Amino acid sequence: MVRVSDEVRRLRKRFEARAEESHIWDAVQLARNPDRPYTLDYAERLFTDAFELRGDRAFSDDEALITMLARYHGQTVVAIGHQKGRDLSERTRRMFGMPHPEGYRKAMRAVELAERLGYPILTFVDTPGAYPGVNAEERGQAGMIARSILSFCQASVPIVATVIGEGGSGGALAIAVADRVLMQQNAIYSVISPEGCAAILWKDSGQARKAAYAFRPTANACLDLGVIDRIVEEPKGGAHEDVDAAAKLLDDAIRHALQQAEMIPAAERRRARRAKFRQMGVWGVVDEPTGDIG
Amino acid sequence: MTPIEVNIERPGGEESGGRRHPNTCPTCRSHYREDELRHAQRVCPHCGHHFAVGAMERIEQLVDPGTFVEIGSDLRAADPLAFVDIKPYIDRLSAAELQTGLGDSLVAGHGRIVGRGAALAVMDFAFMGGSMGSVMGERFCLAADHAERFGVPLISVTASGGARMQENILALMQMAKTVGAVDGLREAGVPYISILAHPTTGGVIASFASLGDVVVAEPGALLSFAGPRVVEQTTGEKTAADFGRAESNLRLGQLDAVVPRRELRGELAKLLMLFSPAEDEPTGDNEPLMTIVEGDANPIDKVLGRLGLGRRRG
Repeated sequence: MVRVSDEVRRLRKRFEARAEESHIWDAVQLARNPDRPYTLDYAERLFTDAFELRGDRAFSDDEALITMLARYHGQTVVAIGHQKGRDLSERTRRMFGMPHPEGYRKAMRAVELAERLGYPILTFVDTPGAYPGVNAEERGQAGMIARSILSFCQASVPIVATVIGEGGSGGALAIAVADRVLMQQNAIYSVISPEGCAAILWKDSGQARKAAYAFRPTANACLDLGVIDRIVEEPKGGAHEDVDAAAKLLDDAIRHALQQAEMIPAAERRRARRAKFRQMGVWGVVDEPTGDIG
Repeated sequence: MTPIEVNIERPGGEESGGRRHPNTCPTCRSHYREDELRHAQRVCPHCGHHFAVGAMERIEQLVDPGTFVEIGSDLRAADPLAFVDIKPYIDRLSAAELQTGLGDSLVAGHGRIVGRGAALAVMDFAFMGGSMGSVMGERFCLAADHAERFGVPLISVTASGGARMQENILALMQMAKTVGAVDGLREAGVPYISILAHPTTGGVIASFASLGDVVVAEPGALLSFAGPRVVEQTTGEKTAADFGRAESNLRLGQLDAVVPRRELRGELAKLLMLFSPAEDEPTGDNEPLMTIVEGDANPIDKVLGRLGLGRRRG
């Protein structure tokens, strides 16, 4: 007999009540809206000065992921974000925001710099996922994502991550392990795209809407499940309707989150961040004798 | 290893076009009785093909008889999203538990390998494709906790299609959670050995499984972030026959070794020896027990850990 905690029961009830919500698919559409502000649009508005750090010092510069030194409210920070392109040539150059291993290696280079000089890290998550190509695989895509996550775990400087568009799978999480995780109201965050989920479970990628309803990639669901700390409001109609206003709302939320992250003593930050992610997940406990010998 | 006598049945060579008996070798089409295959550690005695091994059988293959103690066996997935695709998630879970006899896709615990203690996290592909959800992540962390607490190496054996979609974002977070556990081991100076079996893909290879201090794979195992079908469908690129295979990964610098299953226990024993302090005898019979005590763990726990024992549940 499985005993399920009250917490899980509460979550299930809430989700069942929301099953008919039509805003789930709207959020998927808004998160992917081609006019939605990207990392560089926010960087322009949030930072007074910035210098882009390019290249992984090993293979190439992956433009799907950008890193920069920037001045944020009078202090130097390291900013890391996925970057989609606006027009077709830029989209192609930036691989639609899907990094190769060298993108994550560049991110790790930026984390190492931040750690060494004591700069806080701000990340902006907006990718359909890491690029699933033959070259990416041959250069160790999986291992690089793992090592990127590890480098974010190991840093002792404050980290604030914000999902600003599509938080797609491991390619997103690779730069999203942080002391405070924020998510814009119309952003999505999921283990696989709705299309990918539909293709596997329904054997039909055309069932993406159904998949999205079933797995709830929305900010509300992420907040309920304890995966994010706060939802960042967007202007009416979505961030693209008023980019300056969206940037202002984002600025307030990030500044506040950064202050909270800075309050954790540096010596405890690594353990505290680990503990934060350790408590993520829900399960029940069965009554059964265990194989205890002691 | 003594030669194993087997009866090899040849199923006539005709293309059976579709379903193959699980005990028929997909490479050379030899067919075996269940006890023959089990005795051969599920490696085809004819051509060396590595069949899938369940978690409990894998533990039997690797661990000294009678020394394995399971941790976290009472945890079960809780379906917080009330997820339904073609079938409800809860039904898939019950079917998987009935089929495999396991509570989830990973068995955690500790035991001895040729006398030396180790924490173990062993996956079972038969349980929902070895998918990683909340229970799997927590069990992996319990194994890592044991390793850290008792100062013994952690060994994981993975076989997984990736994160469990039915738990969506919580499944994704298990990548961060398990990598956090590896970070804990690194901070504590505890070694981690990762063994990759066929297939290890998606969220599992993109998290803890790639972070072993030593990473070895079984021959022919598919080890990639995206599987060949996803690569072809998404990018239109063609994948070679050896795409993502263990041997390619070794050549590309992603692995330390490809180790045939029959040699795995021996190689693990060697690694556990190399990771143990100088002059450390495996059985512990003549050990000066108190001199090995260090760090903040309870001295008795550390000694018991070294002997592959525990005095409390993980």
